[in-house]
Amino acid sequence: MLSRREVGGGRSSLGFSLIPSFPQGSNNKVTVHFINRDGDKITAKGAPGDTLLDVVLNEDLDFDGFGACEGTLACSTCHLIFEDEVFKKLGPVTDEEMDMLDLAYGLTDTSRLGCQICLSKSLDGMVARVPESVTDIRQSKDESA
Amino acid sequence: MGGHGVLLLPGLRRWTPGRSAWMSRLCGGVRFSSCTPKVCIVGSGPAGFYTAQHLLKTHQNVHVDIYERLPVPFGLVRFGVAPDHPEVKNVINTFTQTAKHSRCRFYGNVNVGKDVSVGELKQAYHAVVLSYGAEGNRSMGVPGEGLAGVYSAKDFVGWYNGHPSCRELNPDLNCETAVILGQGNVALDVARVLLSPIDILKKTDITQPALEALVRSQIRRVLIVGRRGPVQVACTIKELREMVNLPGTKSEMVEADFDGVTEALKDLPRPRKRLTELLLKTALDTPGDKEQQRRHQASRTWGFRFFRSPSEVLADADGNKTVGIRLAVTRLEGSGEGARAVLTGEVEDVTCGLVISSIGYKSHPIDPSVPFDTRRAVIPNTMGRVKQATGLYCSGWLKTGPTGVIATTMNNSFDTARSLVEDMESEALDLSSVKTGSEVISALLEERGVKSVSFSDWEKIDSVEMSRGEASGKPREKILTVEEMIQVART
Repeated sequence: MLSRREVGGGRSSLGFSLIPSFPQGSNNKVTVHFINRDGDKITAKGAPGDTLLDVVLNEDLDFDGFGACEGTLACSTCHLIFEDEVFKKLGPVTDEEMDMLDLAYGLTDTSRLGCQICLSKSLDGMVARVPESVTDIRQSKDESA
Repeated sequence: MGGHGVLLLPGLRRWTPGRSAWMSRLCGGVRFSSCTPKVCIVGSGPAGFYTAQHLLKTHQNVHVDIYERLPVPFGLVRFGVAPDHPEVKNVINTFTQTAKHSRCRFYGNVNVGKDVSVGELKQAYHAVVLSYGAEGNRSMGVPGEGLAGVYSAKDFVGWYNGHPSCRELNPDLNCETAVILGQGNVALDVARVLLSPIDILKKTDITQPALEALVRSQIRRVLIVGRRGPVQVACTIKELREMVNLPGTKSEMVEADFDGVTEALKDLPRPRKRLTELLLKTALDTPGDKEQQRRHQASRTWGFRFFRSPSEVLADADGNKTVGIRLAVTRLEGSGEGARAVLTGEVEDVTCGLVISSIGYKSHPIDPSVPFDTRRAVIPNTMGRVKQATGLYCSGWLKTGPTGVIATTMNNSFDTARSLVEDMESEALDLSSVKTGSEVISALLEERGVKSVSFSDWEKIDSVEMSRGEASGKPREKILTVEEMIQVART
């Protein structure tokens, strides 16, 4: 089985980011604003190279069921929605990410998986919305049963 | 001592409206209308653990006990998820955290329905959540289904994943062709395990007996059969891509099955569109040189067969072994998700020695006192609250039917937990009497000679499995019998 971890991100099962963090000066941090399911804005900071999933976990942001597979592209529970301008800056999506994203509840044209988005200074101040539900739609509606 | 609370000093008796002072004293007196809520959960798969997790997080006093029939936890995460999908099993880490929560206890090796009844659990706890999933499977209902060489996908998967009840399956892999009925992700998992290079499988937690059987296997061709068409295929794209990219294999499909599919693409939502595009490409594209070469070197074949429904499994002259399967030819009425397969009257016979029916798991009733919908094989409920019952809830496949991945079950379980907490807070659930929970159940079990397995006992089993696996370059070597699991648990 080929490794499913993106070189650009993803958490090892040991629990730390695969990308070494840059030196920690406070002006090196990238600010991210999350909108949670209640509509509240939660501001957090991460280091360049951290994934958005890393930020959620490191900052203990309490989104129910977020990141079930721990960043290994085996679920869609870290689904996040972005504004157009931010979305364009997020870079290309691999087939692997798209395959899992396709199963996310409430999929939009500006959806991405948080475990695949790496922070950089150009994303400082970005807003990421946690969508309504974490349900993976991978269930067959076998009505003809 | 004014106000609405009751401050109890030893020897002081005081009547509080509607409640006995005796009860109040047992509760410690501060909130006399409710005691420490005690909830028990039956089943320790994802549904059980996610329900527990959410309960513990949203209610600061609730105690949760999880009962599990086997000595080992985690249900289908351990016995269903394919060995070559280890990342999907990462959820075990969060379940382990939940099991070790100070207000959570795991009791393995307890068979609810046999060692202890649901009624006894209801007496001992304020609420009981049933999340024991689907241990049965739908049958094809065709002649020959009982022949040697025919297995349910549930049993076949249970066999290669080390479920104690499937240990003796001994599937005969001495034939060239295997036919799988059903085209969902379970069917694709089975096809992939049957055709994967041994070099890949031997580094997974597949059981040793299954690995050895696969080394000896003569199977070189797997057909994955469905009664509808390419646009209705039930698997998802990740699993299809894994088949397309499976080393040493090439695909073989019937071009005519794809008539009209390209035209249908434009109206499909993105997920279905991408899946269908990949299917079309795999079935119809003329391969370039590199792909030609790869196919030439492939020693194993797989393919979807559409518009076919099983009508009979064919036996050899002695009537014991499977030598083929008779498939009824269908056509579609309607289109898209709602299209229906209709028999045309034609049949087609396919030679094969292994038939695996992957048409769905099925839940069983646990106790006559618990309502059960036999047609849908689920427990009738509204948002997880069992209908026509109080203090009874359900989550997971038992609640919604046996489809969906772990994340689907997670959400479904969170919903049940929310209903339960709502009921605790609105007093729809009666928390006025003290429930002793595991104290009384443990006493009952001891009387009956049942010794439960704790979570730290499981950790001994876990540790032994992992160190045995290390010796052969596998993440673990699963223990295959309940007896040995218990033996290790008692060390």
